[in-house]
Amino acid sequence: MTARSPNFITRLGDRAEGALVLLGDWALFAAQAVLWTVRRRPSHGTLTAAAYFVGVRSVTVVMVTGGFIGMVLAVQAYSQFHQLGLATRLGSLINVSVVRELGPVLAATMLAGRVGSSMAAELATMRVTEQIDALSCLGANPVHYLVVPRFLACVLLIPLLTILADVMGVAGGAFLTVKIYHVDAHHYWAHSADYVGLWDINTGLVKSVFFGAAIALISCHRGFNSKAGAEGVGQAATESFVASFIAILALDFFLAMFMNTLYDRIWPVAGGRII
Amino acid sequence: MARRIKLDTLRSAEHLIELRDVSVQFGSQAVLRDIDLGIAANQTVAIIGQSGCGKTVTLKLVIGLLRPTTGKALFDGRELYTLGDRDLTKQRLRFGFLFQGAALFDSLTVFENVALGLREQRRFSEREMRERVRQRLLEVGLNSEVEAKKPAELSGGMRKRVGLARALALDPEVMLYDEPTTGLDPVMSDVINELILQTRQGRPLTSLVVTHDMKTVVKVADRVVMFYPLAELGRDEEQIIFDGTVAQLQETTDPRVRRFIEGDARAARPTPPERTQP
Repeated sequence: MTARSPNFITRLGDRAEGALVLLGDWALFAAQAVLWTVRRRPSHGTLTAAAYFVGVRSVTVVMVTGGFIGMVLAVQAYSQFHQLGLATRLGSLINVSVVRELGPVLAATMLAGRVGSSMAAELATMRVTEQIDALSCLGANPVHYLVVPRFLACVLLIPLLTILADVMGVAGGAFLTVKIYHVDAHHYWAHSADYVGLWDINTGLVKSVFFGAAIALISCHRGFNSKAGAEGVGQAATESFVASFIAILALDFFLAMFMNTLYDRIWPVAGGRII
Repeated sequence: MARRIKLDTLRSAEHLIELRDVSVQFGSQAVLRDIDLGIAANQTVAIIGQSGCGKTVTLKLVIGLLRPTTGKALFDGRELYTLGDRDLTKQRLRFGFLFQGAALFDSLTVFENVALGLREQRRFSEREMRERVRQRLLEVGLNSEVEAKKPAELSGGMRKRVGLARALALDPEVMLYDEPTTGLDPVMSDVINELILQTRQGRPLTSLVVTHDMKTVVKVADRVVMFYPLAELGRDEEQIIFDGTVAQLQETTDPRVRRFIEGDARAARPTPPERTQP
Protein backbone atom coordinates (compact mmCIF):
# COMPACT_ATOMS: atom_id res chain seq x y z
CA MET A 1 0.00 0.00 0.00
CA THR A 2 2.81 2.35 1.00
CA ALA A 3 4.69 1.45 -2.14
CA ARG A 4 1.61 2.03 -4.36
CA SER A 5 0.52 5.34 -2.84
CA PRO A 6 3.07 7.62 -4.58
CA ASN A 7 2.32 5.95 -7.92
CA PHE A 8 -1.39 6.42 -7.45
CA ILE A 9 -0.95 10.06 -6.47
CA THR A 10 1.43 10.65 -9.35
CA ARG A 11 -1.00 9.05 -11.75
CA LEU A 12 -3.86 11.09 -10.33
CA GLY A 13 -1.77 14.25 -10.65
CA ASP A 14 -0.86 13.39 -14.24
CA ARG A 15 -4.51 12.79 -15.08
CA ALA A 16 -5.56 16.08 -13.48
CA GLU A 17 -2.79 17.94 -15.29
CA GLY A 18 -3.79 16.31 -18.58
CA ALA A 19 -7.43 17.27 -18.06
CA LEU A 20 -6.49 20.87 -17.22
CA VAL A 21 -4.26 21.16 -20.28
CA LEU A 22 -7.06 19.75 -22.46
CA LEU A 23 -9.60 22.16 -20.98
CA GLY A 24 -7.25 25.11 -21.49
CA ASP A 25 -6.57 24.03 -25.05
CA TRP A 26 -10.29 23.72 -25.74
CA ALA A 27 -10.96 27.15 -24.20
CA LEU A 28 -8.35 28.75 -26.49
CA PHE A 29 -9.81 26.91 -29.48
CA ALA A 30 -13.34 28.05 -28.57
CA ALA A 31 -12.16 31.65 -28.12
CA GLN A 32 -10.50 31.54 -31.56
CA ALA A 33 -13.68 30.18 -33.14
CA VAL A 34 -15.84 32.91 -31.55
CA LEU A 35 -13.30 35.57 -32.53
CA TRP A 36 -13.23 34.45 -36.17
CA THR A 37 -17.05 34.31 -36.19
CA VAL A 38 -17.29 38.02 -35.42
CA ARG A 39 -14.15 39.03 -37.36
CA ARG A 40 -14.87 37.71 -40.84
CA ARG A 41 -17.90 36.27 -42.61
CA PRO A 42 -17.66 32.54 -43.41
CA SER A 43 -15.84 31.52 -46.60
CA HIS A 44 -17.76 31.10 -49.85
CA GLY A 45 -20.28 28.23 -49.71
CA THR A 46 -19.14 26.84 -46.38
CA LEU A 47 -22.09 28.04 -44.27
CA THR A 48 -24.70 26.69 -46.72
CA ALA A 49 -23.04 23.28 -46.77
CA ALA A 50 -22.80 23.17 -42.97
CA ALA A 51 -26.39 24.39 -42.55
CA TYR A 52 -27.65 21.73 -44.96
CA PHE A 53 -25.77 19.00 -43.10
CA VAL A 54 -26.70 20.16 -39.58
CA GLY A 55 -30.24 21.36 -40.31
CA VAL A 56 -31.93 19.76 -43.30
CA ARG A 57 -30.42 16.31 -42.88
CA SER A 58 -31.33 16.18 -39.18
CA VAL A 59 -35.02 17.00 -39.61
CA THR A 60 -36.31 13.42 -39.81
CA VAL A 61 -34.28 12.06 -36.91
CA VAL A 62 -35.22 15.01 -34.67
CA MET A 63 -38.92 14.67 -35.55
CA VAL A 64 -38.89 10.97 -34.72
CA THR A 65 -37.03 11.63 -31.44
CA GLY A 66 -39.46 14.39 -30.45
CA GLY A 67 -42.55 12.30 -31.28
CA PHE A 68 -41.39 9.36 -29.19
CA ILE A 69 -40.42 11.59 -26.23
CA GLY A 70 -44.01 12.84 -26.00
CA MET A 71 -45.53 9.39 -26.42
CA VAL A 72 -43.24 7.74 -23.84
CA LEU A 73 -44.05 10.49 -21.33
CA ALA A 74 -47.77 9.87 -21.90
CA VAL A 75 -47.37 6.09 -21.49
CA GLN A 76 -45.39 6.45 -18.24
CA ALA A 77 -47.59 9.09 -16.62
CA TYR A 78 -51.07 8.01 -17.74
CA SER A 79 -51.68 5.12 -15.28
CA GLN A 80 -50.70 7.17 -12.18
CA PHE A 81 -52.66 10.25 -13.24
CA HIS A 82 -55.64 8.16 -14.30
CA GLN A 83 -55.80 6.41 -10.87
CA LEU A 84 -55.85 9.82 -9.17
CA GLY A 85 -58.50 11.09 -11.57
CA LEU A 86 -56.10 13.67 -12.98
CA ALA A 87 -55.74 12.32 -16.51
CA THR A 88 -56.74 15.66 -18.06
CA ARG A 89 -53.76 17.22 -16.27
CA LEU A 90 -51.40 15.08 -18.32
CA GLY A 91 -51.17 17.91 -20.84
CA SER A 92 -49.42 20.18 -18.39
CA LEU A 93 -46.93 17.49 -17.31
CA ILE A 94 -46.10 16.24 -20.79
CA ASN A 95 -45.85 19.64 -22.45
CA VAL A 96 -43.86 21.37 -19.69
CA SER A 97 -41.44 18.43 -19.60
CA VAL A 98 -41.10 18.42 -23.37
CA VAL A 99 -40.51 22.13 -23.96
CA ARG A 100 -38.37 22.87 -20.91
CA GLU A 101 -36.32 19.72 -20.55
CA LEU A 102 -36.69 16.59 -22.61
CA GLY A 103 -37.14 18.21 -26.03
CA PRO A 104 -33.96 20.31 -25.90
CA VAL A 105 -31.83 17.72 -24.05
CA LEU A 106 -32.78 14.66 -26.09
CA ALA A 107 -32.72 16.54 -29.41
CA ALA A 108 -29.25 17.83 -28.52
CA THR A 109 -28.12 14.35 -27.49
CA MET A 110 -29.36 12.95 -30.77
CA LEU A 111 -27.59 15.75 -32.66
CA ALA A 112 -24.37 15.23 -30.68
CA GLY A 113 -24.42 11.69 -32.07
CA ARG A 114 -25.52 12.46 -35.62
CA VAL A 115 -23.88 15.84 -36.25
CA GLY A 116 -21.12 16.07 -33.62
CA SER A 117 -19.54 12.65 -34.19
CA SER A 118 -19.71 13.12 -37.94
CA MET A 119 -18.05 16.55 -37.75
CA ALA A 120 -15.32 15.18 -35.47
CA ALA A 121 -14.67 12.23 -37.80
CA GLU A 122 -14.64 14.47 -40.89
CA LEU A 123 -12.21 16.97 -39.39
CA ALA A 124 -10.07 14.18 -37.94
CA THR A 125 -9.81 12.62 -41.41
CA MET A 126 -8.85 16.03 -42.78
CA ARG A 127 -6.17 16.31 -40.09
CA VAL A 128 -4.81 12.82 -40.79
CA THR A 129 -4.75 13.36 -44.58
CA GLU A 130 -3.05 16.77 -44.18
CA GLN A 131 -6.05 18.68 -45.59
CA ILE A 132 -5.99 21.02 -42.58
CA ASP A 133 -2.28 21.73 -43.19
CA ALA A 134 -3.10 22.30 -46.87
CA LEU A 135 -5.67 24.94 -45.88
CA SER A 136 -3.04 26.79 -43.84
CA CYS A 137 -0.65 26.67 -46.80
CA LEU A 138 -3.31 28.20 -49.07
CA GLY A 139 -3.63 31.23 -46.81
CA ALA A 140 -6.91 30.13 -45.21
CA ASN A 141 -7.22 30.00 -41.45
CA PRO A 142 -8.46 26.45 -40.70
CA VAL A 143 -10.51 27.62 -37.71
CA HIS A 144 -12.22 30.27 -39.84
CA TYR A 145 -12.73 28.00 -42.84
CA LEU A 146 -13.80 24.81 -41.06
CA VAL A 147 -15.01 25.64 -37.56
CA VAL A 148 -16.89 28.93 -38.01
CA PRO A 149 -19.51 27.59 -40.47
CA ARG A 150 -20.10 24.49 -38.34
CA PHE A 151 -20.32 26.59 -35.17
CA LEU A 152 -22.81 29.01 -36.75
CA ALA A 153 -24.89 26.20 -38.23
CA CYS A 154 -25.14 24.46 -34.85
CA VAL A 155 -25.89 27.64 -32.87
CA LEU A 156 -28.55 28.82 -35.33
CA LEU A 157 -30.14 25.56 -36.39
CA ILE A 158 -30.13 23.38 -33.27
CA PRO A 159 -32.67 25.75 -31.63
CA LEU A 160 -34.86 25.45 -34.75
CA LEU A 161 -34.55 21.67 -34.64
CA THR A 162 -35.44 21.84 -30.95
CA ILE A 163 -38.66 23.68 -31.83
CA LEU A 164 -39.41 20.85 -34.24
CA ALA A 165 -38.70 18.27 -31.54
CA ASP A 166 -40.96 20.21 -29.14
CA VAL A 167 -43.81 20.34 -31.65
CA MET A 168 -43.51 16.63 -32.36
CA GLY A 169 -43.26 15.86 -28.62
CA VAL A 170 -46.40 17.85 -27.88
CA ALA A 171 -48.19 16.20 -30.83
CA GLY A 172 -47.01 12.72 -29.80
CA GLY A 173 -48.15 13.19 -26.19
CA ALA A 174 -51.51 14.60 -27.29
CA PHE A 175 -52.05 11.82 -29.83
CA LEU A 176 -51.50 9.06 -27.28
CA THR A 177 -53.45 10.73 -24.47
CA VAL A 178 -56.41 11.94 -26.50
CA LYS A 179 -56.70 9.34 -29.27
CA ILE A 180 -55.51 6.17 -27.51
CA TYR A 181 -56.38 6.81 -23.83
CA HIS A 182 -59.48 8.86 -24.76
CA VAL A 183 -58.77 11.74 -22.36
CA ASP A 184 -60.97 14.76 -23.04
CA ALA A 185 -59.18 16.94 -25.59
CA HIS A 186 -60.66 20.24 -24.42
CA HIS A 187 -59.45 19.82 -20.83
CA TYR A 188 -56.13 18.33 -21.96
CA TRP A 189 -55.31 21.44 -24.00
CA ALA A 190 -56.81 23.84 -21.45
CA HIS A 191 -54.49 22.52 -18.72
CA SER A 192 -51.58 22.63 -21.14
CA ALA A 193 -52.30 26.28 -21.90
CA ASP A 194 -52.49 27.07 -18.16
CA TYR A 195 -49.10 25.59 -17.36
CA VAL A 196 -46.97 26.07 -20.46
CA GLY A 197 -45.95 29.69 -20.91
CA LEU A 198 -43.65 31.55 -23.25
CA TRP A 199 -40.98 31.48 -20.54
CA ASP A 200 -40.95 27.67 -20.61
CA ILE A 201 -40.49 27.60 -24.37
CA ASN A 202 -37.77 30.25 -24.19
CA THR A 203 -35.97 28.34 -21.43
CA GLY A 204 -35.74 25.33 -23.72
CA LEU A 205 -34.56 27.44 -26.64
CA VAL A 206 -31.89 29.27 -24.62
CA LYS A 207 -30.57 25.88 -23.53
CA SER A 208 -30.50 24.62 -27.10
CA VAL A 209 -28.34 27.58 -28.23
CA PHE A 210 -25.74 26.61 -25.61
CA PHE A 211 -26.06 22.92 -26.48
CA GLY A 212 -25.46 23.76 -30.15
CA ALA A 213 -22.36 25.81 -29.33
CA ALA A 214 -21.01 23.05 -27.07
CA ILE A 215 -21.58 20.30 -29.68
CA ALA A 216 -19.84 22.31 -32.42
CA LEU A 217 -16.87 23.46 -30.36
CA ILE A 218 -16.23 20.11 -28.69
CA SER A 219 -16.59 18.09 -31.89
CA CYS A 220 -14.42 20.42 -33.96
CA HIS A 221 -11.76 20.50 -31.24
CA ARG A 222 -11.62 16.71 -31.05
CA GLY A 223 -11.41 16.51 -34.85
CA PHE A 224 -8.62 19.09 -35.04
CA ASN A 225 -6.61 17.24 -32.38
CA SER A 226 -7.11 13.74 -33.71
CA LYS A 227 -4.34 11.18 -33.47
CA ALA A 228 -3.03 9.50 -36.61
CA GLY A 229 -4.70 6.63 -38.42
CA ALA A 230 -8.15 5.06 -38.52
CA GLU A 231 -7.98 4.45 -34.76
CA GLY A 232 -7.38 8.17 -34.15
CA VAL A 233 -10.37 9.13 -36.28
CA GLY A 234 -12.63 6.64 -34.49
CA GLN A 235 -11.39 7.83 -31.12
CA ALA A 236 -12.07 11.47 -32.06
CA ALA A 237 -15.68 10.62 -33.01
CA THR A 238 -16.27 8.67 -29.78
CA GLU A 239 -14.63 11.28 -27.56
CA SER A 240 -16.63 14.04 -29.21
CA PHE A 241 -19.94 12.31 -28.44
CA VAL A 242 -19.03 11.46 -24.83
CA ALA A 243 -17.70 14.97 -24.10
CA SER A 244 -20.69 16.62 -25.82
CA PHE A 245 -23.15 14.48 -23.87
CA ILE A 246 -21.52 15.34 -20.55
CA ALA A 247 -21.44 19.01 -21.54
CA ILE A 248 -25.14 18.91 -22.47
CA LEU A 249 -26.08 17.46 -19.07
CA ALA A 250 -23.86 19.88 -17.14
CA LEU A 251 -25.08 22.89 -19.13
CA ASP A 252 -28.68 21.73 -18.65
CA PHE A 253 -28.25 21.74 -14.89
CA PHE A 254 -26.54 25.15 -14.67
CA LEU A 255 -28.87 26.79 -17.19
CA ALA A 256 -31.95 25.42 -15.40
CA MET A 257 -30.64 26.91 -12.14
CA PHE A 258 -29.83 30.18 -13.85
CA MET A 259 -33.18 30.48 -15.66
CA ASN A 260 -35.11 29.72 -12.45
CA THR A 261 -33.13 32.33 -10.54
CA LEU A 262 -33.68 34.82 -13.34
CA TYR A 263 -37.43 34.10 -13.33
CA ASP A 264 -37.59 34.65 -9.57
CA ARG A 265 -35.73 37.95 -9.94
CA ILE A 266 -38.03 39.20 -12.69
CA TRP A 267 -41.30 37.96 -11.16
CA PRO A 268 -40.55 37.54 -7.42
CA VAL A 269 -44.18 36.91 -6.42
CA ALA A 270 -44.60 33.98 -8.76
CA GLY A 271 -42.45 31.70 -6.59
CA GLY A 272 -39.93 29.07 -7.68
CA ARG A 273 -40.14 27.19 -10.96
CA ILE A 274 -39.50 23.53 -11.45
CA ILE A 275 -36.13 22.73 -12.93
CA MET B 1 24.66 41.69 -29.50
CA ALA B 2 24.68 44.20 -32.41
CA ARG B 3 27.41 42.16 -34.12
CA ARG B 4 25.32 39.01 -33.76
CA ILE B 5 22.26 40.65 -35.29
CA LYS B 6 24.41 41.89 -38.19
CA LEU B 7 25.87 38.42 -38.68
CA ASP B 8 22.38 36.91 -38.63
CA THR B 9 21.22 39.37 -41.28
CA LEU B 10 24.21 38.57 -43.49
CA ARG B 11 23.58 34.83 -43.20
CA SER B 12 19.90 35.30 -44.03
CA ALA B 13 20.77 37.40 -47.06
CA GLU B 14 22.64 34.45 -48.55
CA HIS B 15 19.85 31.99 -47.88
CA LEU B 16 16.15 32.32 -48.55
CA ILE B 17 15.51 29.36 -46.26
CA GLU B 18 17.66 28.59 -43.27
CA LEU B 19 17.58 26.10 -40.41
CA ARG B 20 19.91 27.01 -37.54
CA ASP B 21 20.74 24.38 -34.94
CA VAL B 22 17.23 23.04 -35.29
CA SER B 23 16.07 20.15 -33.13
CA VAL B 24 12.56 18.71 -33.11
CA GLN B 25 11.18 16.34 -30.53
CA PHE B 26 7.64 14.88 -30.32
CA GLY B 27 7.13 13.78 -26.71
CA SER B 28 10.09 11.54 -25.98
CA GLN B 29 10.89 10.92 -29.65
CA ALA B 30 13.62 13.08 -31.18
CA VAL B 31 13.24 13.50 -34.95
CA LEU B 32 15.78 16.20 -35.84
CA ARG B 33 18.97 17.12 -33.98
CA ASP B 34 21.11 20.24 -34.45
CA ILE B 35 20.32 20.64 -38.13
CA ASP B 36 22.08 23.48 -39.96
CA LEU B 37 20.88 23.94 -43.50
CA GLY B 38 20.79 26.96 -45.78
CA ILE B 39 19.01 27.08 -49.13
CA ALA B 40 19.66 29.87 -51.60
CA ALA B 41 16.95 31.36 -53.80
CA ASN B 42 16.23 29.63 -57.13
CA GLN B 43 17.94 26.41 -56.02
CA THR B 44 16.26 22.99 -56.29
CA VAL B 45 17.27 20.90 -53.31
CA ALA B 46 16.32 17.25 -52.90
CA ILE B 47 16.13 15.98 -49.34
CA ILE B 48 16.54 12.22 -49.24
CA GLY B 49 16.73 9.66 -46.47
CA GLN B 50 15.00 6.65 -44.97
CA SER B 51 11.45 6.86 -43.65
CA GLY B 52 11.29 8.52 -40.24
CA CYS B 53 14.47 10.58 -40.62
CA GLY B 54 12.58 13.91 -40.46
CA LYS B 55 12.29 14.95 -44.11
CA THR B 56 8.60 15.91 -44.00
CA VAL B 57 9.10 17.54 -40.61
CA THR B 58 11.77 19.72 -42.25
CA LEU B 59 9.30 20.88 -44.93
CA LYS B 60 6.71 21.70 -42.28
CA LEU B 61 9.30 23.65 -40.28
CA VAL B 62 10.17 25.73 -43.33
CA ILE B 63 6.55 26.78 -43.94
CA GLY B 64 5.84 27.32 -40.23
CA LEU B 65 3.38 24.44 -39.75
CA LEU B 66 5.67 23.13 -37.01
CA ARG B 67 7.83 24.92 -34.51
CA PRO B 68 11.34 23.67 -33.71
CA THR B 69 11.88 22.44 -30.15
CA THR B 70 15.19 24.35 -30.15
CA GLY B 71 16.93 26.46 -32.80
CA LYS B 72 15.48 28.63 -35.53
CA ALA B 73 13.75 27.93 -38.84
CA LEU B 74 13.97 31.07 -40.96
CA PHE B 75 12.30 32.04 -44.21
CA ASP B 76 13.55 35.29 -45.70
CA GLY B 77 15.07 36.10 -42.29
CA ARG B 78 11.82 35.54 -40.36
CA GLU B 79 10.66 32.80 -38.04
CA LEU B 80 7.19 32.16 -39.51
CA TYR B 81 5.77 30.43 -36.43
CA THR B 82 6.30 33.62 -34.39
CA LEU B 83 4.28 35.83 -36.77
CA GLY B 84 0.70 36.99 -36.22
CA ASP B 85 -2.17 35.69 -38.39
CA ARG B 86 -1.98 38.37 -41.08
CA ASP B 87 1.81 38.31 -41.53
CA LEU B 88 1.89 34.52 -41.38
CA THR B 89 -0.72 34.26 -44.15
CA LYS B 90 1.19 36.82 -46.24
CA GLN B 91 4.42 34.82 -45.94
CA ARG B 92 2.75 31.44 -46.49
CA LEU B 93 1.27 32.66 -49.76
CA ARG B 94 4.85 32.83 -51.05
CA PHE B 95 4.91 29.02 -50.83
CA GLY B 96 3.25 26.23 -52.76
CA PHE B 97 3.06 22.83 -51.08
CA LEU B 98 2.42 19.56 -52.87
CA PHE B 99 1.49 17.10 -50.13
CA GLN B 100 2.32 13.41 -50.24
CA GLY B 101 -1.29 12.29 -50.77
CA ALA B 102 -2.08 15.58 -52.59
CA ALA B 103 -4.37 16.55 -49.62
CA LEU B 104 -7.22 17.58 -51.94
CA PHE B 105 -10.43 18.57 -50.18
CA ASP B 106 -12.79 15.61 -50.67
CA SER B 107 -15.97 17.64 -50.52
CA LEU B 108 -14.87 20.13 -53.20
CA THR B 109 -14.58 19.72 -56.96
CA VAL B 110 -11.25 20.02 -58.77
CA PHE B 111 -12.10 23.60 -59.74
CA GLU B 112 -12.99 24.53 -56.16
CA ASN B 113 -9.80 22.89 -54.89
CA VAL B 114 -7.55 24.84 -57.24
CA ALA B 115 -9.52 28.06 -56.72
CA LEU B 116 -9.59 27.83 -52.91
CA GLY B 117 -6.40 29.79 -52.32
CA LEU B 118 -7.47 32.46 -54.83
CA ARG B 119 -10.95 32.72 -53.31
CA GLU B 120 -9.57 33.10 -49.80
CA GLN B 121 -7.56 36.14 -50.94
CA ARG B 122 -10.83 37.86 -51.93
CA ARG B 123 -9.06 39.95 -54.56
CA PHE B 124 -9.84 37.99 -57.71
CA SER B 125 -13.05 38.28 -59.68
CA GLU B 126 -14.91 35.07 -60.57
CA ARG B 127 -13.72 35.46 -64.19
CA GLU B 128 -10.08 35.92 -63.19
CA MET B 129 -10.33 32.88 -60.96
CA ARG B 130 -11.84 30.71 -63.71
CA GLU B 131 -9.14 31.81 -66.13
CA ARG B 132 -6.31 31.18 -63.69
CA VAL B 133 -7.62 27.75 -62.66
CA ARG B 134 -8.02 26.74 -66.31
CA GLN B 135 -4.47 27.92 -67.06
CA ARG B 136 -2.89 26.08 -64.11
CA LEU B 137 -4.75 22.87 -64.94
CA LEU B 138 -3.52 23.12 -68.53
CA GLU B 139 0.05 23.63 -67.26
CA VAL B 140 -0.14 20.30 -65.45
CA GLY B 141 -1.69 18.60 -68.46
CA LEU B 142 -5.34 18.51 -67.42
CA ASN B 143 -8.18 19.93 -69.48
CA SER B 144 -11.30 21.70 -68.27
CA GLU B 145 -13.31 18.45 -68.25
CA VAL B 146 -11.83 17.49 -64.88
CA GLU B 147 -12.91 20.75 -63.24
CA ALA B 148 -16.29 19.39 -62.18
CA LYS B 149 -14.94 16.09 -60.84
CA LYS B 150 -14.47 15.27 -57.17
CA PRO B 151 -11.03 14.04 -55.97
CA ALA B 152 -12.46 10.55 -55.38
CA GLU B 153 -13.08 10.24 -59.14
CA LEU B 154 -9.41 10.90 -60.01
CA SER B 155 -6.46 8.52 -60.37
CA GLY B 156 -3.38 8.93 -58.14
CA GLY B 157 -1.44 10.73 -60.87
CA MET B 158 -4.31 13.11 -61.61
CA ARG B 159 -4.69 13.90 -57.92
CA LYS B 160 -1.00 14.80 -57.74
CA ARG B 161 -1.37 17.01 -60.81
CA VAL B 162 -4.40 18.77 -59.36
CA GLY B 163 -2.44 19.22 -56.11
CA LEU B 164 0.38 20.77 -58.13
CA ALA B 165 -2.02 23.06 -60.01
CA ARG B 166 -3.47 24.16 -56.65
CA ALA B 167 0.01 24.81 -55.24
CA LEU B 168 0.96 26.86 -58.30
CA ALA B 169 -2.31 28.85 -58.44
CA LEU B 170 -0.94 31.74 -56.40
CA ASP B 171 2.42 31.94 -58.26
CA PRO B 172 4.62 30.88 -55.33
CA GLU B 173 8.30 31.79 -54.94
CA VAL B 174 9.04 28.52 -53.16
CA MET B 175 7.67 25.07 -53.97
CA LEU B 176 7.72 22.32 -51.38
CA TYR B 177 7.20 18.79 -52.68
CA ASP B 178 6.56 15.99 -50.20
CA GLU B 179 7.33 12.68 -51.94
CA PRO B 180 5.78 13.79 -55.24
CA THR B 181 6.15 10.43 -57.02
CA THR B 182 5.28 8.03 -54.18
CA GLY B 183 2.60 5.53 -55.17
CA LEU B 184 2.71 6.36 -58.88
CA ASP B 185 3.66 4.09 -61.79
CA PRO B 186 7.05 4.78 -63.46
CA VAL B 187 5.52 6.67 -66.39
CA MET B 188 3.37 8.87 -64.18
CA SER B 189 6.37 9.43 -61.87
CA ASP B 190 8.28 10.74 -64.87
CA VAL B 191 5.35 12.97 -65.83
CA ILE B 192 5.47 14.51 -62.34
CA ASN B 193 9.27 14.91 -62.56
CA GLU B 194 8.85 16.70 -65.88
CA LEU B 195 6.21 18.94 -64.31
CA ILE B 196 8.59 19.81 -61.46
CA LEU B 197 11.17 20.84 -64.08
CA GLN B 198 8.52 22.68 -66.08
CA THR B 199 7.36 24.74 -63.08
CA ARG B 200 10.85 26.28 -62.89
CA GLN B 201 10.78 27.40 -66.50
CA GLY B 202 9.78 30.99 -66.99
CA ARG B 203 9.58 31.85 -63.30
CA PRO B 204 12.16 32.17 -60.51
CA LEU B 205 11.42 29.30 -58.15
CA THR B 206 13.14 27.80 -55.15
CA SER B 207 12.21 24.15 -54.68
CA LEU B 208 12.57 21.65 -51.87
CA VAL B 209 11.82 18.10 -52.92
CA VAL B 210 11.51 15.42 -50.25
CA THR B 211 11.78 12.07 -51.96
CA HIS B 212 12.87 8.43 -51.83
CA ASP B 213 12.93 8.23 -55.60
CA MET B 214 16.48 8.42 -57.00
CA LYS B 215 15.13 9.06 -60.51
CA THR B 216 13.48 12.22 -59.22
CA VAL B 217 16.72 13.26 -57.52
CA VAL B 218 18.79 12.75 -60.67
CA LYS B 219 16.26 14.52 -62.87
CA VAL B 220 15.34 17.61 -60.86
CA ALA B 221 17.90 18.37 -58.14
CA ASP B 222 20.71 20.95 -58.21
CA ARG B 223 21.77 19.84 -54.77
CA VAL B 224 21.09 16.78 -52.61
CA VAL B 225 20.94 16.62 -48.83
CA MET B 226 20.66 13.28 -47.09
CA PHE B 227 19.27 12.89 -43.58
CA TYR B 228 19.88 9.84 -41.43
CA PRO B 229 17.45 8.53 -38.78
CA LEU B 230 18.52 9.58 -35.28
CA ALA B 231 17.81 6.11 -33.93
CA GLU B 232 20.70 4.76 -36.02
CA LEU B 233 23.17 7.52 -35.20
CA GLY B 234 25.62 7.88 -32.34
CA ARG B 235 25.29 10.80 -29.94
CA ASP B 236 27.97 12.93 -31.64
CA GLU B 237 27.23 12.04 -35.24
CA GLU B 238 25.80 14.63 -37.65
CA GLN B 239 22.29 13.91 -38.89
CA ILE B 240 23.00 15.31 -42.36
CA ILE B 241 25.30 12.68 -43.79
CA PHE B 242 25.56 14.06 -47.33
CA ASP B 243 25.28 17.52 -48.87
CA GLY B 244 26.42 18.00 -52.45
CA THR B 245 25.53 17.77 -56.12
CA VAL B 246 23.96 14.80 -57.87
CA ALA B 247 27.33 13.95 -59.45
CA GLN B 248 28.99 13.97 -56.02
CA LEU B 249 26.18 11.79 -54.66
CA GLN B 250 26.78 9.18 -57.32
CA GLU B 251 30.50 9.10 -56.57
CA THR B 252 30.29 9.06 -52.78
CA THR B 253 31.87 6.12 -50.96
CA ASP B 254 29.94 6.58 -47.69
CA PRO B 255 28.35 3.11 -47.19
CA ARG B 256 25.22 4.61 -45.61
CA VAL B 257 24.59 6.81 -48.64
CA ARG B 258 25.46 4.06 -51.13
CA ARG B 259 23.10 1.66 -49.41
CA PHE B 260 20.28 4.16 -49.81
CA ILE B 261 20.92 5.13 -53.43
CA GLU B 262 21.41 1.51 -54.48
CA GLY B 263 18.41 0.35 -52.45
CA ASP B 264 20.43 -2.40 -50.74
CA ALA B 265 18.41 -3.88 -47.88
CA ARG B 266 20.91 -6.60 -46.95
CA ALA B 267 23.52 -4.17 -45.72
CA ALA B 268 20.92 -2.29 -43.66
CA ARG B 269 19.68 -5.43 -41.91
CA PRO B 270 21.23 -6.07 -38.46
CA THR B 271 23.60 -9.05 -38.43
CA PRO B 272 21.87 -12.07 -36.80
CA PRO B 273 23.58 -13.45 -33.67
CA GLU B 274 25.75 -16.53 -34.23
CA ARG B 275 24.17 -19.84 -33.31
CA THR B 276 25.80 -21.69 -30.46
CA GLN B 277 25.93 -25.47 -30.37
CA PRO B 278 23.85 -27.02 -27.59
